[in-house]
Amino acid sequence: MNRRHLLLIAAACTLAPLAAAAHEFKAGDLVIHHPWARAGAQTRPGAGYVVIENHGAAADRLTGAESRIAEMVELHTHVMENGVAKMTQVEAIDVPAGGKAELKPHGFHLMLMGLKQPLAEGDTFPVTLVFERAGKVEVTFVTEAAGATESAH
Amino acid sequence: MSSVWTRRALIAVLLAALVLCGILLFKLYERYAGEDSGSADIGGPFELVNQDGKTVTEADFKGKLLLIYFGYTYCPDACPTALGVMAAALGKLDVAGERVTPILISIDPARDTPEALKDYVAAFHPRLVGLTGSEEQVAKAAKAYRAFYQKQPGATGEGYLMDHSTLIYLMDAEGKFLTYFGPQATPDEVAEAIRRYL
Repeated sequence: MNRRHLLLIAAACTLAPLAAAAHEFKAGDLVIHHPWARAGAQTRPGAGYVVIENHGAAADRLTGAESRIAEMVELHTHVMENGVAKMTQVEAIDVPAGGKAELKPHGFHLMLMGLKQPLAEGDTFPVTLVFERAGKVEVTFVTEAAGATESAH
Repeated sequence: MSSVWTRRALIAVLLAALVLCGILLFKLYERYAGEDSGSADIGGPFELVNQDGKTVTEADFKGKLLLIYFGYTYCPDACPTALGVMAAALGKLDVAGERVTPILISIDPARDTPEALKDYVAAFHPRLVGLTGSEEQVAKAAKAYRAFYQKQPGATGEGYLMDHSTLIYLMDAEGKFLTYFGPQATPDEVAEAIRRYL
């Protein structure tokens, strides 16, 4: 370990809590919590997870997403049929008035396709979420461990 | 008139007999299915290729409990979650976890070459074994474990997804089936179950 490594580790230790602390985004009536994805050694498709609360009186819908780190971001869900997992694309994800949409493992998720580089643990990247009412909202995703089953934040 | 009633009575008796037969058969089926299908039939011999390109069989894994998951590296959601649960469960077992070998068997050998698996498995657990092989080798292993998989209908090109069963199997040191975990199992539940068999 040389000085550069130490500096890098020090920087990571300083920045990681900042990323975690800043991990909530507001857009109109929507509060968007803990966007996260998993690290991967290769540029395999990744999943993005986030919880979107709607504090307003009108329902909203997540209709799409985009990010400069991926060629395409699709909305997907995970359907179980007789013990078989099937991933299917969905047109939109409802964010009910006074309720929330939960994108989480084994459920709705963003599918990040055509990643331009592998995601490394601790990396952050911007994703623009597109809502029917709230419009475009840019949030920051945090990359967790490859085997993370829920956000550590 | 009376012949109509006789016929009706006969039909009623026949129907009742049929229903009784049905119930009896179902009970018998339940009994034997319960005895056989759950345990004895899951698992068995396989020949696959590990992440280092070496051909291995079930014999290479004897002596340790096995945690086996059938998945693929292009799987964005279910597989990383299951592999994460497996790795976290072994972490919770601490030193005792070393008596368990976690294994990912690819059900997408067309894309999951040994080289592709090597980096992939290492990201989850230092001892996670990645197995792939020819289409036939993989099909045979999946059949032994009653794991289902198929390329999504209508999929074209390289970016396809696979439909697949998502159970995590726990096998004993002889390769015999002990129990399985569904996709919602937590690391604590998996670790707790393993502890019972260690």
